[in-house]
Amino acid sequence: MSAQPISLKATGRARRRLLVNKLAEGTSVLAAVAAIAVLALVVWSVGSRGIGAINLGFFTKNPPLFGESGGGIAPAIVGTLLLVAIATVFALPTGVLTALYVSEFSSRRFAQQIRLWLDVLNGFPSIVIGVFVYALCVKVKVPVLGIGRHQSAIAGGFALAVIMLPLVARSTMEVLALVPNHLREASLALGVSKWQTVLRVVLPTSMGGILTGTTLAVARAAGETAPILFTCSIAAQVVVWNPTHSMLSMPLLIFEYSESADPTQHQQAWATAFLLILFVLVTSLTARLLLERSRRKLGLQR
Amino acid sequence: MLHWVTMGAAIIGLLVVAAIIWRVVDGAWPAVKAYKVAFLWHNEWNAVTSKFGARDFIIGTVVTSFGAMLLSAPLSIAIGLFLSELAPPAIRTPIGTLVDMLAAVPSVVVGLWGIYVLAPFDARHLAPFLHSILGWIPIFGGDPHSESTVFTAILVLTIMTLPITSSICRELFIGVPTELEEGSIGLGATRWEMVRTVVVPSVRGGVVAAVILGLGRALGEAIAVTQVIGNFIPLHLSLFSPGDTIASRVANQYQGAVSDIQIASLIYLALILLVITFITNYAAQRVVKRFEFQRTGGD
Repeated sequence: MSAQPISLKATGRARRRLLVNKLAEGTSVLAAVAAIAVLALVVWSVGSRGIGAINLGFFTKNPPLFGESGGGIAPAIVGTLLLVAIATVFALPTGVLTALYVSEFSSRRFAQQIRLWLDVLNGFPSIVIGVFVYALCVKVKVPVLGIGRHQSAIAGGFALAVIMLPLVARSTMEVLALVPNHLREASLALGVSKWQTVLRVVLPTSMGGILTGTTLAVARAAGETAPILFTCSIAAQVVVWNPTHSMLSMPLLIFEYSESADPTQHQQAWATAFLLILFVLVTSLTARLLLERSRRKLGLQR
Repeated sequence: MLHWVTMGAAIIGLLVVAAIIWRVVDGAWPAVKAYKVAFLWHNEWNAVTSKFGARDFIIGTVVTSFGAMLLSAPLSIAIGLFLSELAPPAIRTPIGTLVDMLAAVPSVVVGLWGIYVLAPFDARHLAPFLHSILGWIPIFGGDPHSESTVFTAILVLTIMTLPITSSICRELFIGVPTELEEGSIGLGATRWEMVRTVVVPSVRGGVVAAVILGLGRALGEAIAVTQVIGNFIPLHLSLFSPGDTIASRVANQYQGAVSDIQIASLIYLALILLVITFITNYAAQRVVKRFEFQRTGGD
């Protein structure tokens, strides 16, 4: 009777369990690969179709009239820059001050309420925000600002600001929460008043994080179409600098050209999309890397 | 002094929320008065006779969003698991960042890609394939060769919700205490058994909330959907035919609205959307809150 060699190969139940495990692991790898493949596919199809139309004239010329070839998207680039600038002017101070109030001054309960409502605001569909701004300052006359009764860049910028506000406020809150308490205490112990402490110690320490948070919000706002659909979409095809007038913008140009029958406009749409995607991806990536770094730096100080 | 300035800013945020609700309700009021609640189940959108109703838009919104979540929820959980448990630490952050970047692609660009790349692919390959094996089910019936379909809208929404849900799932799974995972492995469980019996159950509430947050995004997405869905009612039973959603109809009519009552009806649609997304987001917040409470209370 010779001894049977012991086999280390799993059999029966154990084999099934290992098989199920392999299957589950494979599925999860596949899912991640699929997500990245979709991103690559989108970037590649936009890039390969759009890059051909990008030349100097694309940045400097006005859009072509129907049937004409050539032309550029200068008005849309200027428009998007202005819209985003207006939005940042509205959203940055409000968002940062809100975050300062919540993290430095407010009672805990009120802070919780503000956080909750900021999250609610963040969850509102962007199209609803567009409709809101339309009802607030496009449909009716707005005193003082010289807008209303028609679309304007101020209205569009304000709509984008509503999108940016919760993003700026929440990211600033996160950075402020990382500022070590001993810095605040040291400042207060030196007899510095509370608001001086906030302005001279807390704010400078978290400046990097606030800036990157704002950059992420800007990248998001630059690509939004729905909020400006009702507030800043019907515009002349030339460069407009006056913010009380409506102007072209890159997302809206893509939206309109994508449904156009003119193949030249399709190419313009792809090229604009390529610029927009490049801007958004590069700024978000850089901002995230910087955010990671400033977080780590603050984390180390603690 | 600074105290009051910052408090003023915080109150502005609250005022904006209040103003949104006020202006949308106010703008919708003429339509609310004219069509009352019957607007919800009336199905017509006729600018000539001024007859407006929301039924098929509501159904379209529900079908596309839930369809998208049906696809994106399991995928997101799988991606979350890959990034928290499976992937070698060195590639976790880069891959996670790439998946997050999918969320940064503007919806109008996703829509553009949807019209000219995804929709033709659907019409030529994917839809006919599904039709050939599942055609006996009515939702996969009909002619599978049309572009501009509800099905394409579902795929677009899946792509857009995937990064949101998966990044929350990843954070949740990373938060599961390592001792619990090691305990399970130590008892002889395979990695999948550990995930199924320890990781997922301990953050179940959070995963539900993550899916609801993705759902909120899908419900409210206007631009990309309006580009691919075809903007057509009445709805057809088949997913391979054009349709419409609340958000998509509002976006689509931005220049076409002529009468005051049509504009009011559009704002009424926006109001319905506001209520739906408010409820879903609030529900998600509550689940998260309860979940946080359990986690801190259980330690």
